[in-house]
Amino acid sequence: MDMLSDVALLSRIQFALTVAYHFIFVPLSIGLGLILAIFATKYHRSRSDADGNAMRFWVRIFTATFAIGVATGITMEFSFGTNWADYSRFVGDIFGAPLAAEALFAFFLESVFLGVLLFGRNKVSSLFYTVSAWLVWAGSCLSALWILIANSWMQTPAGAELAADGSKAVITDFLAAAFNPSTLPRYTHVVVALLIMGAFASLAIGAWYLLRDKHADFAMKTIRVGAVVGIVASCALIVTAHSSAVEVSQEQPTKLAMMEGMYDDEVPPLYAFGWVDEENQQVITPFSIPGGTSFLATGTWDAQYQGLNSLAQTEKYGDMDVADLPVNLVFQSYHLMVAMYGLIMITAILAVVFSLRGGRIRSMRWLQKLLLVSPLFPFVAIQVGWITAEVGRQPWVVYPSTSGPDGVSLLTNNAISQSVSAPELLLTLALFTAVYVFLFIGWARVISRFIERGPVGDAAPAADAADDATAAVKEGE
Amino acid sequence: MSALAVLWFFLIFVLIAGYFVLDGFDLGVGVLHRALAKDERERALVRRSIGPVWDGNEVWLLTAGGALFAAFPAAYATTFSGFYLAVMLVLFGLIVRAVSLEFRAHDPQWARAWDVCFTVGSLLPALLLGVALGNVIAGIPMAANGDYAGVPLLGLLSPFTLVAGLLGLAMCLSAGAAWVALKAPAGSAVHKRAAKLRVPCQVAALVLFAVATVLAFAVVKPVFAPGMLAAGVIIALVFLACVVASIVLGRKGNDLVAFLLQSVAAACLVALAAVTLFPNLVVAAPGSVGASITLMSAASSDTSLAWMTGIACVGVPLVLAYHVIAYRVFRGRLDDKDVNY
Repeated sequence: MDMLSDVALLSRIQFALTVAYHFIFVPLSIGLGLILAIFATKYHRSRSDADGNAMRFWVRIFTATFAIGVATGITMEFSFGTNWADYSRFVGDIFGAPLAAEALFAFFLESVFLGVLLFGRNKVSSLFYTVSAWLVWAGSCLSALWILIANSWMQTPAGAELAADGSKAVITDFLAAAFNPSTLPRYTHVVVALLIMGAFASLAIGAWYLLRDKHADFAMKTIRVGAVVGIVASCALIVTAHSSAVEVSQEQPTKLAMMEGMYDDEVPPLYAFGWVDEENQQVITPFSIPGGTSFLATGTWDAQYQGLNSLAQTEKYGDMDVADLPVNLVFQSYHLMVAMYGLIMITAILAVVFSLRGGRIRSMRWLQKLLLVSPLFPFVAIQVGWITAEVGRQPWVVYPSTSGPDGVSLLTNNAISQSVSAPELLLTLALFTAVYVFLFIGWARVISRFIERGPVGDAAPAADAADDATAAVKEGE
Repeated sequence: MSALAVLWFFLIFVLIAGYFVLDGFDLGVGVLHRALAKDERERALVRRSIGPVWDGNEVWLLTAGGALFAAFPAAYATTFSGFYLAVMLVLFGLIVRAVSLEFRAHDPQWARAWDVCFTVGSLLPALLLGVALGNVIAGIPMAANGDYAGVPLLGLLSPFTLVAGLLGLAMCLSAGAAWVALKAPAGSAVHKRAAKLRVPCQVAALVLFAVATVLAFAVVKPVFAPGMLAAGVIIALVFLACVVASIVLGRKGNDLVAFLLQSVAAACLVALAAVTLFPNLVVAAPGSVGASITLMSAASSDTSLAWMTGIACVGVPLVLAYHVIAYRVFRGRLDDKDVNY
């Protein structure tokens, strides 16, 4: 079918673009939310001007980022109905409740106490203010929990059965659906990754000031906090990555096969990198560790897994056309994620070693430069990790996992909105692109202005004010 | 008819009413802000009046959307996909207005662009949500599978649905003006402008309500469930009494009561939509292949609704507590300390 008239493909592209964009800002806000709460607590304890200014700095950075995350999140909630009407009809009995719960338990908490953070500094006690910072962060983590419950149910459905007329999935056990086999491994994996994102963003901001020889005390404080959060989260990631890998190997055989480019049954080796020749169904790579992936998933070197060709012969995965699967995309995404993790670990170790105890990093320009670019590592890892998870479950939108209830699965092509036409989708795709690019530029302008201004008090310096008379209009800040 | 489904039918409308009352006023503030505020300082003041609360207000829409998805998936699927372009316009409006509110004060070179985003972004939802509600009441052409079968976007416009949209907009503007009159420093220019602007908006709402009522009975001819017509008449009378009392007391300078009565009137309007629709969620226009989507045909299983009810029992008191905190912390009129110039 022509790409421009393929509603399913266009809807997938629109969802992928809007969710990837949303997922730039969410990791930053959840990660920086913790950094902000730590600085708010520091200020609550010390009451020093320097800590107060540092906290205000993080409030500004955090809220500008959070605003885009919130705004683009509305797109996601609406898109199930607008673009995936048949999906919504199929899963509504199960999938809607976590979305409603997310709004009720998380969004209200975040938004109300964010209002306090932005405008309430002189209206509430210091303790109330500090608690508000923690509540905003807790709210954002809760939000991630509900949305990952919903998303994990699409990967490994549970607690449901196919309705008697076959038209939809019906809930049988709410808790089993909520805590399906992949919820906890995936939730912990994602949240830890987001904390790394926040930690590395603060490392980069600290490094920026060191490189420019400005605000050195704030820079060191920021780097130390970032380094500690970064190293703890990076170590925790080993555990969560492992449990995610085990879950995929047990529950999602076609995703595992795509991640490792396995067309035929084999004991999967471990590749550092490679290229999947989809036509000839083989992985081209200079070297690999035989049985390595088997070891990571099971702890033994000889566990054999089914390849895509034999999986496509089974009843469960019979709807899959091996020739159409984006195996190389999933393979590359997964291996890029792992490679990024290597860089993350190295950076986190260097940051801790040279920032704690004496802070030799002050004179290490090369390390400062490394930290400055380091947010790219978790950023790329998070994006490609998400692509691995979501493209890896194709061609299904509700995946027929190993332990999933019979019949509770849905092909992506059967999930679309039949009343939405391709021209309408092309129009909204163009609008999304335009609006989102505009917002990104706006965000970059505001953030760079905040960073330029630095961790200083709220009264803008006289020089700034002269530059720009209107800059001084600051609502409640 | 499951009791839980009936409960959730009305809970959805409670959530929509919560949205219309709360975000209604800050959408109105957005549309009116260039008219209410004439210089940088006044604009900052007007934005500050909704700054701490607009985000929480908007969450009511997300909660209503999520609850509709969970409780009546078929209604959620049909309306959101059927009103595709209209929903997208609402969405783009909400997105750019949210961001403009946070960025405007920090990006003076782009001040004009962010102001336009704030105004237009507030106007789109304030107008289109009424059009959408008008359509589910008036009926839409429906395919056998429950999908919307009419013309995209333009097919949603009829005299009744347009008037419904304008009525929603007039209510948002009234509430927005009433809110700014309540929050602006007493006697300030902004305060005077808001109090003055409030009255024509409210009068417009009364006129549009009359036109909508006439069109409803002359053209749309909704079929009321037993008892619902009487309930509707009572609610309509309460609505009229509230708006009139709000105008009268507002002119006497009681801004708080004027705002509260206007809010009750807004809730009445949503209640009126609920009793008119009951037990339908989306009416199929005459001649449709598919049948109307009702709370019986669209409801999720009782297991699902029971869990939702449990979630609501824990969540709603928390939400109300958050709102009490927010509106208490930021109570009273703004003063110069709130807007540093």
